[in-house]
Amino acid sequence: MKILTTLAKTTALAAALTMSASFVAINAWAAKTDVTLGMVLEPPHLDPTAGAAAAIDEVVYANIFEGLTRIGSKGEVLPALAESWTVSDDGKVYTFKLHTGVKFHDGSDFDANDVKFSLDRARGEKSTNAQKALFKGIASVDVVDPATVKITLSAPAGNFTFNLGWGDAVIVAPESADSNKTNPVGTGPFKFSKWAKGSSIEMVKSDNYWGKPVALSKATLRFIPDPAAAVSAMLAGDVDGFANFPAPESIPQLKADPRFKVVIGSTEGETILSINNKKAPWTDIKVRQAVAHAIDRQAIIDGAMFGLGTPIGTHFAPHHPAYKADLINTYPYDLDKAKALLAEAGFPNGFKAVIKLPPPSYARRGGEIVAAQLRKIGIELEIVPVEWAQWLDQVFKKKDFDLTIVSHTEPQDINIYARKDYYFQYSSDTFNKIMTDLNLATDQAARYKLMGDAQTLITKEAVNGYMFELAKAGVWNAKLKGMWENAPVQATDLTGVSWAE
Amino acid sequence: MSAPLIEQLDAPETWRDVAKKALHNRSFLTGLIITTIILALAIISFFWTPWSITDLDISLKLKKPSLEHWFGTDHFGRDIFSMIMVGARNSIAVALVAVGIGVLFGVPIGCWAAAKGGYADEVLMRTNDVIFAFPALLSAVMITAIFGPGAINAILAIGIFNIPVFARISRGAALSIWPREFIMAAEVAGKGKIRITVEHILPNIINLLLVQGTIQFSLGILAEAGLSYVGLGTQPPMSSWGRMLNEAQTMMSFAPHMAIFPGLAIVVTVLGLNLLGDGLRDVLDPRLRRER
Repeated sequence: MKILTTLAKTTALAAALTMSASFVAINAWAAKTDVTLGMVLEPPHLDPTAGAAAAIDEVVYANIFEGLTRIGSKGEVLPALAESWTVSDDGKVYTFKLHTGVKFHDGSDFDANDVKFSLDRARGEKSTNAQKALFKGIASVDVVDPATVKITLSAPAGNFTFNLGWGDAVIVAPESADSNKTNPVGTGPFKFSKWAKGSSIEMVKSDNYWGKPVALSKATLRFIPDPAAAVSAMLAGDVDGFANFPAPESIPQLKADPRFKVVIGSTEGETILSINNKKAPWTDIKVRQAVAHAIDRQAIIDGAMFGLGTPIGTHFAPHHPAYKADLINTYPYDLDKAKALLAEAGFPNGFKAVIKLPPPSYARRGGEIVAAQLRKIGIELEIVPVEWAQWLDQVFKKKDFDLTIVSHTEPQDINIYARKDYYFQYSSDTFNKIMTDLNLATDQAARYKLMGDAQTLITKEAVNGYMFELAKAGVWNAKLKGMWENAPVQATDLTGVSWAE
Repeated sequence: MSAPLIEQLDAPETWRDVAKKALHNRSFLTGLIITTIILALAIISFFWTPWSITDLDISLKLKKPSLEHWFGTDHFGRDIFSMIMVGARNSIAVALVAVGIGVLFGVPIGCWAAAKGGYADEVLMRTNDVIFAFPALLSAVMITAIFGPGAINAILAIGIFNIPVFARISRGAALSIWPREFIMAAEVAGKGKIRITVEHILPNIINLLLVQGTIQFSLGILAEAGLSYVGLGTQPPMSSWGRMLNEAQTMMSFAPHMAIFPGLAIVVTVLGLNLLGDGLRDVLDPRLRRER
């Protein structure tokens, strides 16, 4: 009797709409020091050094775990556990001066040995780190004294301190490293308190934090996967906000409500139509170019995201200075051209294929629009919705797919095109060479030039269908201060969050 | 009216009698009209819909109902009336095949159990009870979750749970026919059990099956809508009422027409079928005939 439930749900929603206004007014007078934020996905575990899921970082980054450096709200590199650092003239030796008097949440002291342990663990043979590439350039990590660490690189690396700011590079203690998945112990201003599986994670203010203490006494992250439930949770005041609201269609409604603040920011999420480059007929560049010509980006942004998002022509964040904006015109929307290319590739009547879509609305709705657009050039897509676990298994691991839609939210992640056996299976020696050069380059102009070359190459080869940069639709209580506007890394940084009087 | 009573009861009704009774049965008529309209919409949708449901024109999105778009448009700019027409086709197809599966397997099982009796009857019917004990829709959710979402799996999942329904009802009905004199006569005449079942039992239980079929049909439509609502039923670009409701959920506050029309379509269709089923029972069911 699903229909009855729907009816009940909608009535409940309507009731919530009318009643919530009065409830929230009553709740808001006391000065609050706790916050409850909604999140779409529940993390599989809480160890950021052992998993690729963005949801892990969205819970623990900067709140529970800290690295030597950290990335700020504008994408800048800030000191964290390292007070300062110096770089040798040849760019190969980094000497980090650490904060002293820092304690882990379990009471043990933090010192240079923990740094060595963490980095050696992350880059070691048995490492399960999802971003091992970040540590590839490290030749050795040496403890100079308890408050000084010397990291020697095999070659100069332009963005080494940025890499150390990733959630995957946080510092953990040898005693607790193995149990961080369920009981994360870090050095951050919040300590983990409890995890009600399937419902929420709670963290409380850490009393012996070494740095500036946080304003909040408690923070709860509630997992609300259903967009409709997210809307009602927001309206009913069950949550104080969403760092990233999952229902873009409700944004105008929330914007019009004076109780809420809506901030549309940028993310590092390149949302792309990923193509299996090693599976026929997608091996043919003409087929991929035909797809690129058949995609109408604005229609996808309007239809799937209700206008939130910036069209992109390559795999790069449009707000980055090295972004090549003109690449968007490489394959203008042109159905005749697309059909001609398909015919040249030997498919004058098109063909059938499968598109696998993970749960977020950018994928499910975007996929429906992409399917309609490709149908116009004769490519009939069978839509297969999958859950994230299935997606990771079938698409990401087994590469059993034709097309999929996913948002790549890691910062500056164009280097995934150089990874061996990455799920879309692109391989190009030219591209690998550009990436090697980029890793060695330290001069900014040279780095930007190489980033530009990389973007141009993958766009020319139409590796994937480049659709749009995900917008960060932040919605929170108008009295909540200090939430991030943009999402330069996957994080829900609560360190600067407080309630206005 | 003592002796002739039995004669009268068993006297075969002519189709004319049935039709006459049907025309005077209000719920049958209402049900028939509603069902015919929905069926007609579904059939027409094969050849023509006011707008295409596969060509998305995002610029037309979320239009309120108007002369151009009778039921308005959805978030992809598709015409909701056209989607409901195609959705009717989808609902009917799924429910029809699901009921078909139930009849195809359930009726022979039930008739066989009734004819055979004893141990076989016991085993079959207890197995039936076990399947009955599963909550049908939840089990259908489980089946589609394991074998993947899609119309075919939804049909199978709904169909499987129709089998015991038809098995039970045909067994019960057949059991009440078997002791009758004309069956005994047929047995004496040397007809085998299969032949008796086909020639004598089935024609006598067909009205019951028809009534049950109508009811199962409406339940099938509800089940399909439920499965599609949770994303396990029909997949796009094929339209489904349940999925339309799901998509409308987050847009209720500013585009209520997206939820109202598919919701109404489900309610009206199920209501129509239930009225039809009720009416059919009044018209056809011999047990009710006796009471009147």
